[in-house]
Amino acid sequence: MVRLVAQMTIRLNGDSHEIAGPLSISALLEQLEIDARRVAVELNMDVVKKSAYDSSVIKDGDEIEIVNFVGGG
Amino acid sequence: MSDLVIAGRTFRSRLIVGTGKYPSHSIMRAAHEASGTDMVTVAVRRVDISRKTESLLDYIDTSKIFLLPNTAACYTADDAIRTARLGREAGMSNWVKLEVIGDEKTLFPDNEGLLEATRVLVKEGFIVLPYTNDDPVMCRKLADAGAAAVMPLGAPIGSGLGIQNPNNIRIIKEQATVPVIVDAGVGTASDAAVAMELGADGVLMNTAIAGAQDPVAMARAMKLAVEAGRLAFLAGRIPKKSYATASSPLQGVIGT
Repeated sequence: MVRLVAQMTIRLNGDSHEIAGPLSISALLEQLEIDARRVAVELNMDVVKKSAYDSSVIKDGDEIEIVNFVGGG
Repeated sequence: MSDLVIAGRTFRSRLIVGTGKYPSHSIMRAAHEASGTDMVTVAVRRVDISRKTESLLDYIDTSKIFLLPNTAACYTADDAIRTARLGREAGMSNWVKLEVIGDEKTLFPDNEGLLEATRVLVKEGFIVLPYTNDDPVMCRKLADAGAAAVMPLGAPIGSGLGIQNPNNIRIIKEQATVPVIVDAGVGTASDAAVAMELGADGVLMNTAIAGAQDPVAMARAMKLAVEAGRLAFLAGRIPKKSYATASSPLQGVIGT
């Protein structure tokens, strides 16, 4: 089976990024060297459960937010 | 001294501490230790994907300290709800310190947005701790909407002005059906003691500790102040009077 890899543009934390896709949220986090246990991810405004990182596929034009905890009051 | 219980969860300390604005992560950790706190607030922000940064969580022992994500800098109910949902997924607890800010300069809460977001998040199963005005009516409405505690401000966030309206805090506590945490405005230890003497169930602070010249020493001062204030409240203070009442016997004074 041939898996088609295409260049796609996503919006990641407010900025435009070119990535090869399609890819899963797990794969994106791995590429970015982000520990999945310590972040939360939104795909097109909906929070994605950690258990769904493998099965959630990012497509061209998607908007992704990756957040973590920082100091605050 | 009894523990602080919110939504069925028990905290040994009545002091809730922030994690922002410390000179370093290691000073923050030492301050948390000195404060005796077992609940700290954290903010939810975008990961910096351009560079590797140290994780705040490497400096918080989450086996001992409960994380309370906030919705700081949210100006609408929708943004606060969205942030709360992200915080839940990042932290794996359903607790949120709910902030819906109404004004940049004072950081006073937006009452309408706060109430709306409280209702939505309670319905979604969140344990909601709203940061609110020192307004007894608003606090009652928030509790009626299902807030697990109410967190009236003592003074504007980061101002260090102390408890500006002690009478309101006392009334809020008298009427409250949920724990009352005085959140924001503490500048020094006596402010925390005043909040506790008014009957508050706890105090939440960040800048007063993190911004002190010696945050670790101030954290210890706050721990003692919260304990002292709580003990004084429970002990029952004497009524205030305009004139003196002698402490020593009036009989047996020499030369009479």
